[in-house]
Amino acid sequence: MADSKHGIGGLKYDTSKRHWPNEANVFIALILIVLVFEGLGLFTQGNSFLFDSKGRFDSIFNEQRLKIIILQVSIVGIIAIGVTQVIILGGIDLSSGSIVGATAMIAMSFAQVAEVNGSPNPKAIFLEQGWVDLPLIIPLIIGLFCGIIAGGINGLLIAYTRIPPFIATLGMMVTGRGVAKWWSKGRPISFPTEDFTLIGNGFGGWMPVVIFISLAILFFLILKFTVYGKHTYAIGSNEEAARMSGIDVNRHKVLVYTIAGILAALAALVLSSKNLTAQSGMGVMYELDAIAMTVIGGVSLSGGRGSIFGTVLGSLIFGVIISGFTFLRLDAYYQEMVKGIIIVGAVVLDQWRQRRVASRA
Amino acid sequence: MNDVILETHDLTKHYGGVFALEAADFTLQKGEHVAVMGDNGAGKSTFVRQITGVEQPTRGKIIFDQQEVSFDGPLAAREAGIETVFQTLALADDLDVPDNLFLGREMLKLKLGPFSILDYKGMRDATLRGLEKTGVKIPNIKNTIRNMSGGQRQCVAIARTATFHSKLTIMDEPTAALGVQETAQVENIIRTLKENGEPLILVSHNMRQVFDLVDRIVVFRRGRIVANLKKEETDGQDVVAYITGAKTDPAYELKEDD
Repeated sequence: MADSKHGIGGLKYDTSKRHWPNEANVFIALILIVLVFEGLGLFTQGNSFLFDSKGRFDSIFNEQRLKIIILQVSIVGIIAIGVTQVIILGGIDLSSGSIVGATAMIAMSFAQVAEVNGSPNPKAIFLEQGWVDLPLIIPLIIGLFCGIIAGGINGLLIAYTRIPPFIATLGMMVTGRGVAKWWSKGRPISFPTEDFTLIGNGFGGWMPVVIFISLAILFFLILKFTVYGKHTYAIGSNEEAARMSGIDVNRHKVLVYTIAGILAALAALVLSSKNLTAQSGMGVMYELDAIAMTVIGGVSLSGGRGSIFGTVLGSLIFGVIISGFTFLRLDAYYQEMVKGIIIVGAVVLDQWRQRRVASRA
Repeated sequence: MNDVILETHDLTKHYGGVFALEAADFTLQKGEHVAVMGDNGAGKSTFVRQITGVEQPTRGKIIFDQQEVSFDGPLAAREAGIETVFQTLALADDLDVPDNLFLGREMLKLKLGPFSILDYKGMRDATLRGLEKTGVKIPNIKNTIRNMSGGQRQCVAIARTATFHSKLTIMDEPTAALGVQETAQVENIIRTLKENGEPLILVSHNMRQVFDLVDRIVVFRRGRIVANLKKEETDGQDVVAYITGAKTDPAYELKEDD
């Protein structure tokens, strides 16, 4: 009897009564925004935003623009995958941008070549120690280790000292940026090995996108089908209930913040590899962009609701808006103003939706 | 005496200088439904918190299912077979019914530490069976708790007890926040438990409900048990007299030197 899809007795397992998924709203928003840019483009520039109106490409789409849209969001998108999990957990992570800076500096200093144009690499940090031309695995492990340390400290502080996540990660944000500047006394670190440059430039420059999409799929599945995901949603939804149900809430928090740290470190590796250099100012404001993508993607800041799929859609909205402004030849200043408005608007929408649901029940 | 499921001896809880519970001797037979009554602050909730492992008693023994136990947390009590429906319900609003029933003890398809794969189908089927057993009617178990009425939420919390074959169910004012119809629904579930021979401790202020549902009434006053009454041998006025202190059961009269 247990095999019936329609349930047991008079009870039903009714898939048709499922609620309209939130991601569908985000997807509609994405389409609408694209249409607005299409309209404005045709009206003001006489040019299509996403379609190939001038016959420059083989397909019907403007491939160049599509590539730019997804490429420019993929690195922050990797961070946003971690931030999404932290926000679903009911927390916040302000430190990801600084983790990117510190990790980029530290990892890059272990990825430098010995010689540039026949003379010793002038930028090499560890030339005297002979730590140059190291195999790719070394900067890779060191970079990810930075993420584990930073994210782990975030998690331990939040879980065991009970300080608010906002404060704990704010501390890490300031400290991490300090580490990034201190590491090379402010000098940029350049000339990475051939292998290292592949992390950000492989697959004909598509590597960041490949990494972003694979991680998004991986964590989408993890959140949906594993105990880790279930407990993340449960804690964000009602921490006290989760504790009473016997979930080790503290351990789980450490795990989620550590994963967010690792993802930020991974973004740092991709970014520094793509730019062929690391600077202490790398990743400034990335934490806010990542939070923005997450919130636009329908993840609730009060925790418990949202998905990685929503965040991917949110990152696309983000990319479309930035490209759209460039396409319309509007100043970069407007981009930031509009970005701010969109973030606030997304949160207002979420609050409004929550109140509507609450009043219906 | 093998029919006793729960027994407490001299169960006592002090919060600093406050004697919230003093020397409670309590017995519950298998299949018996007992109401715990008393004014606010009389010690009912304190009593329940000791049995369910939410707090640890200052002194005294708890014997559950023929064994002396001391629970270090609610999960330990739950694992031993004591399922509690707390006033706060302890449900995660954004999860659906099976997720909530199995929270913290999920069925797994594949064990991989924290990344173990969930057995959604197994949990769904067990949930439907548990709901059927309790007679709980929820239109769609895929609904999140957020989208449910107060009565449905209460039912979900109660259905947990049936899904896990608990040996003892404790309900802390299960109908305090419910409307008439929803209260009737919860009371029906309690009757189903009785028919299935599952023992229950019901904390309630509702006299009508208590006389409708239980076999025996235990009254608390100022941290002590002051009466242990068979339903047939008492009435509402009598119980109120015990609750307010107008009467005390001679068996529980304080000794002069106490």
